[in-house]
Amino acid sequence: METNCFNYTYLIILIPFISFVILGLFGDYLKHKISGWLGTFSLFLVFILSYYTAYQYFFNVGKVEGVYQKFVGFNFVWLRFTESLHIDIGGLLDPISVMMLVVISTVSFMVHLYSIGYMHGERGFERYFSFLSLFSFSMLGLVLATNIFQMYIFWELVGVSSYLLIGFYYQRPSAVAASKKAFIVTRFADLGFLVGILILSITTGTFDYVTLTDPNGTAITQGSGIVFLGLSTLILVFMGGAGKSAMMPFHIWLPDAMEGPTPVSALIHAATMVVAGVYMVARLFPIFAISGTPGLEVVAYIGGITSLFAAIVACTQFDIKRVLAYSTLSQIGYMMLALGVSGYGGHEGLGFMASMFHLFTHAMFKALLFLGAGAIIHAVHSNYMYDMGGLRKYLPITHITFLIACLTIAGIPPLSGFFSKDEILVAAFHHNKFLFAVEYITAGLTAFYMFRLYYNVFWGKNVHYHHTPHEAPVTMTIPLIFLAIGSVFTGFIPFNKLVTSDGLPFEAHIEWGIAIPSILVGILGIIIATVLYKKETAIPDKIIGSIKIFHKWAYNKFYFDELYLFITQKIIFKRISEPVAWFDRHVVDGLQNWFAWLANTVSFNIRGFQSGQLQQYGWVFVSGALILVIIFSFYWYSINF
Amino acid sequence: MIQGIPLYYFLIVATIMFFVGVYGFLTRKNLITMLMSIELILNSVNINFVAFNRFLYPDTLHGHFFTLFIIAVAASEAAVAIAIIINIYRKFTNIDVEKVSEMKY
Repeated sequence: METNCFNYTYLIILIPFISFVILGLFGDYLKHKISGWLGTFSLFLVFILSYYTAYQYFFNVGKVEGVYQKFVGFNFVWLRFTESLHIDIGGLLDPISVMMLVVISTVSFMVHLYSIGYMHGERGFERYFSFLSLFSFSMLGLVLATNIFQMYIFWELVGVSSYLLIGFYYQRPSAVAASKKAFIVTRFADLGFLVGILILSITTGTFDYVTLTDPNGTAITQGSGIVFLGLSTLILVFMGGAGKSAMMPFHIWLPDAMEGPTPVSALIHAATMVVAGVYMVARLFPIFAISGTPGLEVVAYIGGITSLFAAIVACTQFDIKRVLAYSTLSQIGYMMLALGVSGYGGHEGLGFMASMFHLFTHAMFKALLFLGAGAIIHAVHSNYMYDMGGLRKYLPITHITFLIACLTIAGIPPLSGFFSKDEILVAAFHHNKFLFAVEYITAGLTAFYMFRLYYNVFWGKNVHYHHTPHEAPVTMTIPLIFLAIGSVFTGFIPFNKLVTSDGLPFEAHIEWGIAIPSILVGILGIIIATVLYKKETAIPDKIIGSIKIFHKWAYNKFYFDELYLFITQKIIFKRISEPVAWFDRHVVDGLQNWFAWLANTVSFNIRGFQSGQLQQYGWVFVSGALILVIIFSFYWYSINF
Repeated sequence: MIQGIPLYYFLIVATIMFFVGVYGFLTRKNLITMLMSIELILNSVNINFVAFNRFLYPDTLHGHFFTLFIIAVAASEAAVAIAIIINIYRKFTNIDVEKVSEMKY
């Protein structure tokens, strides 16, 4: 906990912020090319600093007596209310925050680079880059947060930047609606988070993570048992995480968020911001694990149900970005589930490690998938897979990298997805057989829908294109290749030695009894997809015909949006808001209007007094004076005589 | 000589003057006449001051000074009032007080 050689880490937050300010204020005066490269260069610096920090932390100074310590790189008081109540801004370095630094800086740098090609010639090019910098700044501030309130501040900042970027094409009504939806849904969930933060900090008297999550400290059990509105503190905190990570029932915003530019979807809605919920649960993990409240069970079940639900919906969608969005939901469900089935410390903490591992590998391959989808959309100018087919001849690099990503997410060894998913399955197997079964089904579905997408885009029917699709420019293919390499090799990083729940390394090995069936399930999914979609056949339609109702439900996302609309419009608006509005208009306003009416009427009726006739006033004055004289003299008389 | 006239006489004269003034003020329509009525009221007050001073505190002169003040103020008041009346005449071409009712509601 001592301050140390990490005090330069404030630069990691500051550089993107400066880039945001420069691009935001002076972007109009800069050439497009310069503003793009300026943003990219600032992220390049962050990228270098993050990797240097990770190297220093994991291999040089992070370990003290075999345990990874928590370091406070820098810390200053931002708002001081009283001696004990103050809000700090700082940088906390521990295994998960350093790992997140690597994830965010890598993906963000790649996305910046990719965007130079993808957004070329778009209106608002420099605005786009300033928002990307704002997002990088907020996300880095979020993961480095030393205290729960700093996290909340940056949590909202990433929400704002997500809102701005989803609504980037603000001329399109659907993009505006999607950005509003994302903001409102996550904001609603953050209400729970805020209440949770307040309860936690009131009962423990601190915001600080180090004190709050010290497994030997007193704070760890104090705040978690409080119940507010029928929800315990940890559930309230998790509500915020579920909103940001688009877990059920707050998942509705994420598929719509695909209205934003595709690189934004890759950065924010696949790799970094949506895993903030997972990160937050991991950050507070000692409280979840040790306090003994049912928080973790909820996390596990919500994660499991979301992953299965999203995988089913993903099988039926035709918009390639929506397929990927549901796939993201499903994979984040995996991470949540892994956290939920984990215990604290040692081999018990396998789930924690697996979750962080999957977060890391998922960031690589899902960013790759989205960037690949961006390259496809860039070439075809459509989001829908029925407009595509046979693209492997036109987009060779995109094709190969996309295939690698699909194999990775399907869990085929030795690609990274296999290792992280295997750890999750092992953790689930030892804790909860039901969720383990759910994850097996999801794994099969994942392989199936990814290869359905793959075959529909790159094989399938030969579409006649208006103009021949061409491979993306080099600024777009370099990130694809880099992330593909990442997807292949990150599985070999020994996470069980580096990122664990208590900082101690433990032994983990692949349990082949679980791994082999999961590989087989994945391959089965791929084979089914190959049979159905490699060549254009009539079989998929027949299958859809035989399960028509179920398909319709899944295609319409199980009518969750309609359910929300029903609840908000038919119940809340109609039954609560409208009567309240009526009361406001008629009773509250009515009372005020009545007073105004009364004053108006009375004055109108007595205004004749003000006749303008001087002598009339004189009469009134003199007779009044006389009357007073009479009264006073009578009074005086009665007193004295 | 003056001891022969009792205080009542002065007060009666002053009262008559006062009410003549009030009557004139309330009934005359001509602004100049109304101004003259006001002068009557002021002068009745002056008589009262001098008379009370003479009969109640014959050794002092406070009442006399008050009277002098009132005369001075009345003179300046008459100047202002006549200026106003001239302006009213310029605007309305008469000085009938009932015609001047611009300030009503």
